[in-house]
Amino acid sequence: MFLKFSLHSMFYGAGGGNDIQWCFSQVKGAVDDDVAEADIISTVEFNHSGELLATGDKGGRVVIFQQEQENKIQSHSRGEYNVYSTFQSHEPEFDYLKSLEIEEKINKIRWLPQKNAAQFLLSTNDKTIKLWKISERDKRPEGYNLKEEDGRYRDPTTVTTLRVPVFRPMDLMVEASPRRIFANAHTYHINSISINSDYETYLSADDLRINLWHLEITDRSFNIVDIKPANMEELTEVITAAEFHPNSCNTFVYSSSKGTIRLCDMRASALCDRHSKLFEEPEDPSNRSFFSEIISSISDVKFSHSGRYMMTRDYLSVKIWDLNMENRPVETYQVHEYLRSKLCSLYENDCIFDKFECCWNGSDSVVMTGSYNNFFRMFDRNTKRDITLEASRENNKPRTVLKPRKVCASGKRKKDEISVDSLDFNKKILHTAWHPKENIIAVATTNNLYIFQDKVN
Amino acid sequence: MFARGLKRKSAEEPEDVEGCPAGARAAPSYSLQRQSLLDMSLVKLQLCHMLVEPNLCRSVLIANTVRQIQEEMTRDGTWRVLAPQAAGRAPLDRLVSTDILCRSVREQEGECPAPDMGDGQPDLVPGPAVAPAAQALRSPQSSLWEGDGSRESRGGFQKSLDQIFETLESQASGSVEELFADVDSSYYDLDAVLTGMVGSTSSGPGSGLQAFASATTSPPSSSCRSDLGELDHAVEILVET
Repeated sequence: MFLKFSLHSMFYGAGGGNDIQWCFSQVKGAVDDDVAEADIISTVEFNHSGELLATGDKGGRVVIFQQEQENKIQSHSRGEYNVYSTFQSHEPEFDYLKSLEIEEKINKIRWLPQKNAAQFLLSTNDKTIKLWKISERDKRPEGYNLKEEDGRYRDPTTVTTLRVPVFRPMDLMVEASPRRIFANAHTYHINSISINSDYETYLSADDLRINLWHLEITDRSFNIVDIKPANMEELTEVITAAEFHPNSCNTFVYSSSKGTIRLCDMRASALCDRHSKLFEEPEDPSNRSFFSEIISSISDVKFSHSGRYMMTRDYLSVKIWDLNMENRPVETYQVHEYLRSKLCSLYENDCIFDKFECCWNGSDSVVMTGSYNNFFRMFDRNTKRDITLEASRENNKPRTVLKPRKVCASGKRKKDEISVDSLDFNKKILHTAWHPKENIIAVATTNNLYIFQDKVN
Repeated sequence: MFARGLKRKSAEEPEDVEGCPAGARAAPSYSLQRQSLLDMSLVKLQLCHMLVEPNLCRSVLIANTVRQIQEEMTRDGTWRVLAPQAAGRAPLDRLVSTDILCRSVREQEGECPAPDMGDGQPDLVPGPAVAPAAQALRSPQSSLWEGDGSRESRGGFQKSLDQIFETLESQASGSVEELFADVDSSYYDLDAVLTGMVGSTSSGPGSGLQAFASATTSPPSSSCRSDLGELDHAVEILVET
């Protein structure tokens, strides 16, 4: 394990956040400031090889970008990501029973590992999960006996000879088709999907329940967690995120709005209401306020690639937990502590309910998460250094090294620093993703997708 | 949200309630901020997005905040019974009874939900078309039913929170009828709606419109006047079909 880590870091850079020089690579999306609601990006995910990058938006569309194969001659940059496929994954629906709309917004996308030529991903909105097959077609059969080239059927009596159809090359076409639709299993809004390491099952979590599905079976799922109280008046806690362990196919975790994470073992019982482990940090009494609970609510939970650690994101911080230690995290990183004195305003304008995601780099040495003003933050677990960068079109020359940003909490503002009161709270980076193998990151602002790479000499 | 470049005066109190132990600030200022936080939270709970289901996590977090404040205020002994005619502020129980009262809150602010009914639905569905008219009646009535002040406000508050979750629950698993379960069932009686007299069973079959016409000229209470304007609109729609 140790040897693997060293070799890995040798090739991919153990320096992490600060030793890497991050450069602008690409930006996707509309240029103008007028954001069409449907274009708001709601999820970003690399596939297992990193060759494909998928985004979902509020309009229910999925856009997949593919990395160009590296040009061996031009080795000064890694391949660019270009649009590979675009499709409408979910449509708005109307629940007539409740007189409510079901949003088509894509909440999460998760890729399946590639087993054959086609790619598969799961995409979900609030109520329905869909399995999509994305396949390439670059040949087509020609020379049918009973059909003309334009598809019209020939009169069989006019056929005098028979020929064998042959495949001829055609322009590459990428087709997305829905292979499975997993519906009607969630009363509340789905916030997470996670594919099991057995690659046969997956879980979907809503505010109060978690269901286990088999990828082949759409007409039933098993409920494995149910925290709905018998009396809804007693409801004080909801599920905020859930994920399967990357290696143990019987283990998953789910986080709550009270800042707890529960690890469950599906071998223990069919209904995993009783956790195997409960991760919770005792509250710091000196920081107690009416907003303590809200800011402790966990917005995202992610296992490390190794499976030994998990990371949680709450409103102000990122915490790394060792799965063997339940009573406190092993590392805590402050994302934007300067907001602690602004919590009442952030409560008033609802920003305090923003759900930020977080992600690991391929070697689990650096973690990244978003903030406001289109800032995003990286924390190097080894050097303990952190960096703040901005996703902005102002730095849009390729291979321009991004300048670190700094927020001035109080007192005299130094040159190049930004004061807390100048931050734009409408520009929030909720979704970020890190290439599984390389130092390439995808950062989503409201409606633009930025791709940054480390500087290759 | 933050005015750019605006300097904060050092003497000015920031909006934060948190981070200051109870004794460190002058007591009125802290309780004022706490009260304003409570009011803000209650308003947030009521601002339901009627088209899309409200975010359950957000609602739960806000409700928990409200409970915390209530508990602290009870411990302080500052939790007062709120009279329905609390100056300048709508009483708690009128605010929080059901999600329908989202609309009645807007009525109190002078907004007219009549445009909701203006799409001229040809079918008289008990839910959407009748409901706004029903609420219009309910709003003044509820003050009679619940606002007497005879109920202990604390119990009323708890009941209000419970009703929020009942509503969320019924939205989640119930039918349209359940949404209006606590609305007097006589609202479904068309005559009752048209005559603007709740629970009235004396209106004869043919007297519906006539009774309504007279009701507009002599409304049961002055606060019904604007509500009856909406009933007018409802009748127009019904009559046109």
